[in-house]
Amino acid sequence: MKASEIKNILKADVLTGEENLDMDVFAACGSDLMSDVMAYVKDNVVLLTGLVNPQVVRTAEMMDIKMIVFIRGKRPEDSIVQMAKEKGIIVMTTKDPMFIACGKLYSAGLTERGVWD
Amino acid sequence: MTNGIIRQNFVIPADDFTAAGEASSSVKKMLIQLGVDPQKVKKTAISMYEAEINAVIHANGGIASVEIDRNKIFIRIEDHGPGIPDVELAMKEGYTTAPDAIREMGFGAGMGLPNMKRYADLLEIKTEVGKGTTVEITVYLS
Ligand SMILES: Nc1ncnc2c1ncn2[C@@H]1O[C@H](COP(=O)(O)OP(=O)(O)OP(=O)(O)O)[C@@H](O)[C@H]1O
Ligand SMILES: [Mg+2]
Repeated sequence: MKASEIKNILKADVLTGEENLDMDVFAACGSDLMSDVMAYVKDNVVLLTGLVNPQVVRTAEMMDIKMIVFIRGKRPEDSIVQMAKEKGIIVMTTKDPMFIACGKLYSAGLTERGVWD
Repeated sequence: MTNGIIRQNFVIPADDFTAAGEASSSVKKMLIQLGVDPQKVKKTAISMYEAEINAVIHANGGIASVEIDRNKIFIRIEDHGPGIPDVELAMKEGYTTAPDAIREMGFGAGMGLPNMKRYADLLEIKTEVGKGTTVEITVYLS
């Protein structure tokens, strides 16, 4: 699935990374606990989270995650968006809550597990 | 990479949650510049970041020292925090003593040490209650 499709499905606002929206995403991970995210191994993962702080971007950086979607209409401060921009990470925000956002993406075909089995 | 050894130290500041992870971020950039295999860079970055965050949230910060030679990446994270009374228990997935305030900042899943174990080729933890903890992470390059 393309990042641009995720944007449309979640009616999300893009805060940075508009130029990279044709990137492919194969798996998704929804979590508010960063060490849970770091147990994930696959590449081309989108991270959905309700946590808004710089460690979300740090975690994405360490994991080579290139796309973050903040749920429930959360908007990170400019400094956090700037940090993501410097690392080439797409940042979006959607009004959908976690369960709904994950459900919509799953129904649209983003079904791959990102985690270790 | 040359035959030389690269050594670098970083201070991990206490009580600065915004700066937490900067040392790991610098090391990750350094490894990419050295042309290290991306999967090894990722393993190293995640392990070091987990250890760095632990030093910040459980132990008032510490010191990270990094050594890179042609065979391996070696990272030592040392703190003078409370130490870990039962390391075997702390290594279990889901075990955490993190309070709610830490959980609200996105940590406290009890997955940090298990993740270090998963990603590092070698993980050594030396700890003494009341004295502090040293975590040593090795990732082999060859
Ligand atoms: N450097 C340290 N000093 C003191 N105690 C530590 C240290 N590192 C880990 N611990 C103890 O071990 C427990 C487990 O650590 P671990 O990193 O696995 O989980 P966590 O830090 O609680 O949560 P997470 O890493 O998932 O965010 C911690 O809750 C803490 O009690
Ligand atoms: Mg931890």
